[in-house]
Amino acid sequence: MCGIVGIYYKNKDLSKDLGTMLGSMLVQMSERGPDSAGVAVYRNPVGPSSTKLSLYASEDDFDWNRVRLQLVAEFNAEFETEVRASHAVVSTTTPLRQLRAWLAVNCPELRIMSAGSTIEIYKEAGAPRDFVKRFKLQDFQGSHALGHTRMATESAITTQHSHPFSTGLDLCLVHNGSLSNHNRLREQLQAEGIEFQTDNDSEVAAGYLMWQLHQGATLEQALTSAISDLDGFYTFAVGTRDGFAVLRDPIACKPAVMAENDDWVAMASEFRAIAQLPGVEQATVWEPAPATVYSWGKG
Amino acid sequence: MKIFDLAQDSVRTRNQGLHDSPEGKWLVSHPDGRHCIAAGLDAAVDVDIEGHVGYYCAGMNKHASITISGSAGPGVAENMMSGTVRVKGNVSHCAGASGHGGLLIVEGDASARCGISMKGTDIVVAGSVGHMSAFMAQTGRLVVCGDAGDFLGDSIYEAIIYVAGEVGELGADCVEKEMTAEHRQSLTDLLSASGVDANPDNFRRYGSARKLYNFNIDHASDY
Repeated sequence: MCGIVGIYYKNKDLSKDLGTMLGSMLVQMSERGPDSAGVAVYRNPVGPSSTKLSLYASEDDFDWNRVRLQLVAEFNAEFETEVRASHAVVSTTTPLRQLRAWLAVNCPELRIMSAGSTIEIYKEAGAPRDFVKRFKLQDFQGSHALGHTRMATESAITTQHSHPFSTGLDLCLVHNGSLSNHNRLREQLQAEGIEFQTDNDSEVAAGYLMWQLHQGATLEQALTSAISDLDGFYTFAVGTRDGFAVLRDPIACKPAVMAENDDWVAMASEFRAIAQLPGVEQATVWEPAPATVYSWGKG
Repeated sequence: MKIFDLAQDSVRTRNQGLHDSPEGKWLVSHPDGRHCIAAGLDAAVDVDIEGHVGYYCAGMNKHASITISGSAGPGVAENMMSGTVRVKGNVSHCAGASGHGGLLIVEGDASARCGISMKGTDIVVAGSVGHMSAFMAQTGRLVVCGDAGDFLGDSIYEAIIYVAGEVGELGADCVEKEMTAEHRQSLTDLLSASGVDANPDNFRRYGSARKLYNFNIDHASDY
């Protein structure tokens, strides 16, 4: 069992409330996932020639400033760093490929949780309520966000195994369920050049979508293909730079509820996560149908 | 009318209050998707729930009349013995599961597995139902005024299904049957009791072909 939540603002004037809404949704899903919590937030886009990375250090007192100074010296470029608990978001004009290579050699203890122009990922083992406080979710303003609370079933309880998973630029997936063909699919995707950081099944789903998008598919097309290529139980919420989508497997035994009004679209494993959103009284509430792609924004 | 505000008190405390009431009218406010609201009632009380509810609302109901003004999560009115449960919005999967008696009315749509293993309850859905509805349904009636998803009535026993709209693929051993005058009258009465406005002439009846009851070597491929 896990809890997933997602919110996408159609009315961008409300984006200042994103973190507060996301935090309250996440806490409501605590019983579904007490082991770890995580969020992907789409906010503060960097310019077209810049990249934004979310980095994770397992030590709380990690010396991020030392890394920043080393990067500045190495690449002779600006590195804007925003530290938040065990994570730091680094924005720079240095190309991503060079940055990855340098980090792998010089800071092997750091994990890259996400990369892109808009996405930021934060995740940590522990109770959702503690996570919301520690990462000061109420500070986040942005266009859309996903969240996950995890009750681990098939791999270890660690920060690395926590959701959301991102396997490509600005792409993110949260999953409630379990996949049964992930080992073979992971091998096939690795042969196609998709990289994975863990043995987790949900990361394979994220990798699969990335591979489809690389082939030129839209998010909606990629998710439609996933219905035939992914075997198992799933409710997915997926975020891209400008888009948000939801998909359930054809059997639909993992729960999902959606609500939409003029200002926002929200999804969650259970309605109580949506119940406290302002304007919920005016929202249409429904259960997404099996094997049906729901999407908003640009794929 | 007495009011229970779930923004002020826990579901457990408030359910106990309902269990301790032999009669009367109650309004439950701020349900906000909480689980197990008004579950296990065993008295002829009237309960209005003002908003959306979570899992297992009105489960195991006996005698009570419960109305939910919003939508309901999984397992609404499951294992009902008697009484009435009305949902004005949509309901999630397993609505009315394994019910022995009483009447569940869904004014919106029901998702998958509506009426799974029903054992005598009546369910009237003004909208459509999802896949695997009335799976292993034993007795009772499921009325669907809209469409029914795939595998309707899979492995059905003696429950009766009425559908006005389109039906996807029928489940194993479920077949369309003749709509006799007796069935039409039964449906008319049930629609009237549920307050759902639908023309009985538009419905078709489905039930068991009775080929899965006992092992039969000639039907081995059906098992």
